[in-house]
Amino acid sequence: MKTALKWLLPVIALAVGYYFGVAGQPAPKDREVTQTVSTNPLFTNSGQSSLAAGSGGSGTIHEVREGQLIQDAVIAAKPGDIIQVYPGTYHETVYVDKDDITLSGVVIEGEWPTLDGDSDADGKSDLNDAILYSGNNFLVENFRIQRFKGNGIMGQAGNNFIIRNNIIDDAGVYGIFPQLGKNGLISGNVVSQIADAAIYVGMSDNIDVIANEVFDSVAGIEIENSRHALVEGNYTYNNTGGILAFITPGLPIKTTYDVIIRKNFVLNNNHENFGAPGSTVSNIPPGTGILIMAADDVIVEDNIISGNDNAGITITDLNIFGAAANDPDSEPNSDRVTILTNVMHNNGNNPVTDIKALALANMSTRGPDIIDTEAISGPKGEGKCIVNGSRYRTIGLDNYGACDQAATMTASISTKTLPEPAAPYALEEGDVKEDFEKRVGKRGYYAVCTGCHAFEGTLIGPPVSEIQAIYEDEPEALADYINKPFKKRLEAPEMPPQNYLGRETQIAIAKYILSVDNSGK
Amino acid sequence: MMPMQAQEPQTAASTQHSAVTKAQTHREDTFKLSEACPPSFEKLSNGACKFRSLYQLYPSLQDHGIGGLKTGLPDIRDGFTAKEIDLGRYLFFDPALSGDGSMSCATCHDPDKGFADGLGTSMGPNGSRASRSAPSLWNVGFLKRLFWDVRAGSLEEQMLGPLYSEIEMANTPENLLATLNNIPAYRDMFADAFGTNPADEITLDQIYHAIAAFEASLVSFNSRYDQYAHGYHDALNKEEIAGLNLFRSFVARCSECHTPPLFTNQETAVIVTPEPEGMPFDVGAEKTFDDPTMRAAFKVPTLRNIALSAPYMHSGALKTMREAVKFYNDGRGHAIPEGQEVRVHWHIWEPNMREEELDQLVAFLGALTDESMKPKTPEKVPSGLPPVSADAFQKKFTEQYLSPSMATTTPPDE
Repeated sequence: MKTALKWLLPVIALAVGYYFGVAGQPAPKDREVTQTVSTNPLFTNSGQSSLAAGSGGSGTIHEVREGQLIQDAVIAAKPGDIIQVYPGTYHETVYVDKDDITLSGVVIEGEWPTLDGDSDADGKSDLNDAILYSGNNFLVENFRIQRFKGNGIMGQAGNNFIIRNNIIDDAGVYGIFPQLGKNGLISGNVVSQIADAAIYVGMSDNIDVIANEVFDSVAGIEIENSRHALVEGNYTYNNTGGILAFITPGLPIKTTYDVIIRKNFVLNNNHENFGAPGSTVSNIPPGTGILIMAADDVIVEDNIISGNDNAGITITDLNIFGAAANDPDSEPNSDRVTILTNVMHNNGNNPVTDIKALALANMSTRGPDIIDTEAISGPKGEGKCIVNGSRYRTIGLDNYGACDQAATMTASISTKTLPEPAAPYALEEGDVKEDFEKRVGKRGYYAVCTGCHAFEGTLIGPPVSEIQAIYEDEPEALADYINKPFKKRLEAPEMPPQNYLGRETQIAIAKYILSVDNSGK
Repeated sequence: MMPMQAQEPQTAASTQHSAVTKAQTHREDTFKLSEACPPSFEKLSNGACKFRSLYQLYPSLQDHGIGGLKTGLPDIRDGFTAKEIDLGRYLFFDPALSGDGSMSCATCHDPDKGFADGLGTSMGPNGSRASRSAPSLWNVGFLKRLFWDVRAGSLEEQMLGPLYSEIEMANTPENLLATLNNIPAYRDMFADAFGTNPADEITLDQIYHAIAAFEASLVSFNSRYDQYAHGYHDALNKEEIAGLNLFRSFVARCSECHTPPLFTNQETAVIVTPEPEGMPFDVGAEKTFDDPTMRAAFKVPTLRNIALSAPYMHSGALKTMREAVKFYNDGRGHAIPEGQEVRVHWHIWEPNMREEELDQLVAFLGALTDESMKPKTPEKVPSGLPPVSADAFQKKFTEQYLSPSMATTTPPDE
């Protein structure tokens, strides 16, 4: 019962937002919008984190229909608004550089809104990416995305994102690729035919990847240079590699740790590797179920891993697997890998040459369920363990201890996302406490105004001390001038308008200018 | 139109950078050091100049200073005093720092050339040429590793290279100390900046400290791109926005290494641009780390103010931004000389961008220009030597050592 209630909550939240959003307007006919699906009710994380209920804004609803541009609605939207896209085909790159935008496809009787990167219908991709976002609190759901050259959905540094219930195929290099973001949920997506990773979590923190279906791609799900990730309940099959947790050396954020890979189906990942030459994934041997490379504190629990022809689980290090230039700042070994109970069978039916040679040394022609490349390199990494290791056919696990299963099982962990949303603003530095308006005003003043205005003495414009005398107690008037200056002084050039600063920032700067004492005393 | 763009002062007496008043500037013969922090820096009660930016309002993952539009910056070297910074400015522009008095730091890092020199490889004394390009100094105070091959870990360590290289400023520590200690104005200025006595000898550490202070004050975060990033989306035109979307797309992948807000992730990358005619293959960071997997790896440079510092890449082989962008479109490893074993960066691939897309990228790069905080070149420096601009030095170098046909410099991108 509790689970069902959790499932309903986001739906109610959206419905409430919906009614508030259109108050005073005639209700549109298409009530299908309320079909918006919650996070998957089968999984315990629903309702636990800051993201489960954060589904969509409560602002104005912008409807987009075939023949219109989704981007026009994004440009018109304000933070909190919902953009509903109706079934039809859309040829465009949608970019969202604002906070709190919901991009919601409306699916009607099986007809989806489709972003199609082949705009001239010659069967080839013309557009690069389908959806790019940098804003915080972004939600995208219920889209079909196909035939793009770059990415299906790519995020750069947006926090608190939700990417769910999209169907993405043949979308280029990555299907879903949030990067440099904190606190995100990727769930219920169906992603296939991707030349690198279907779902790629890159340099991010606090991410759940839940209940997605990924297939026919080089890599199914990648957790790369990221921390605090839960990969749960995904159905990964017929990729070259199913689920990967690893470090790519040479990236600025250098660690992967605290990853739980749990209750996934990792089946028959034997696809020929069609990764681009030079890409990290181009080195993945076909038949790789789960790959752990240089990642630390990875727990693999309750997965069904079968039919992967090279090996069910591979644990390795950068020196064995790397093809990129070395990075002295990347720690190359996989430490504290914990393999709890998993169902593994029928793996290793057609191992690559190196694995075959190792298997032969063990009097077998088959690849293993589990291999650690310590078998090749000698001991690497520390603190690795396995539960009931004798259940599986293994190579190179001589240094694995027996895990303390009671201490390491993850049943109490329902999500790696944050209980509260990641803040869109940096916390105050040091012990200097200033109210937010003053922080904005001070930074705006120094970052912009001081190029032309000193506190005393003329640079290009008049000194701040003079401005203070003119606008004493009139920050609004000063803000007006900052926004739209006019020629005031014969001896000085006319000030260029600072209208790119929002009104709030202009007011904050004006107040700061009127209060600043730049004497340093 | 660029709001806040640098404009020529109305009178010769006014100055942009040091916030020196008219009255003070008239007394420049006595070289009074500025007590005001440079633009973008707040003077704290202890006298330290603290960098202030709107980007400091934003978070960044792992506090690393890389991300998207509204992402915080990495830490900058700040906290120098106004006087240290202004002293550094005089030293930076003073040819007395070179062995023969023919060039200053600003000769290869000319503020009027994007703090570079417009050359593929810099010109030195006695007709010598450096083997690499002088990098821009804009926002250099954020960088943790310096030189194209990242062999220096601080500004102070970096400047030892050009100061004492025979093919660059060709000085020696002994001669540098002797020169500066024999200039009474410098005695006074160092004493003023460091709270010592004019009778005290100037030390090398003081010289390096002051120059580092000035270099770290060179900040540029008021481009039209920045206006867009802070939320004013009319700041970029359609073509530039298309360029931005390409820049961050996974087709062009520019932002994977040239990551906002600094437009560098401060890593090294093996991309293998061609060397100019007659130049040997440059092994780059392989030498720094004694690691063959890093053969031909170079520092990822910032792209801020990139339009000002053609030609491009470590040895200037690519003359324009258009050529630089095209290099990435011409295919992974296409310029690797035969027989060279290199591990090309994984982001270098076959993006197959259309011609108009290359134009869009160039248009976007042009929106990264901002010189609103450009410091003023001193009219006089304590040695009494005339400041030597890049143009003046190159003209003389060309007349003396080059035939006219070799001397043509590249016109910058439109």
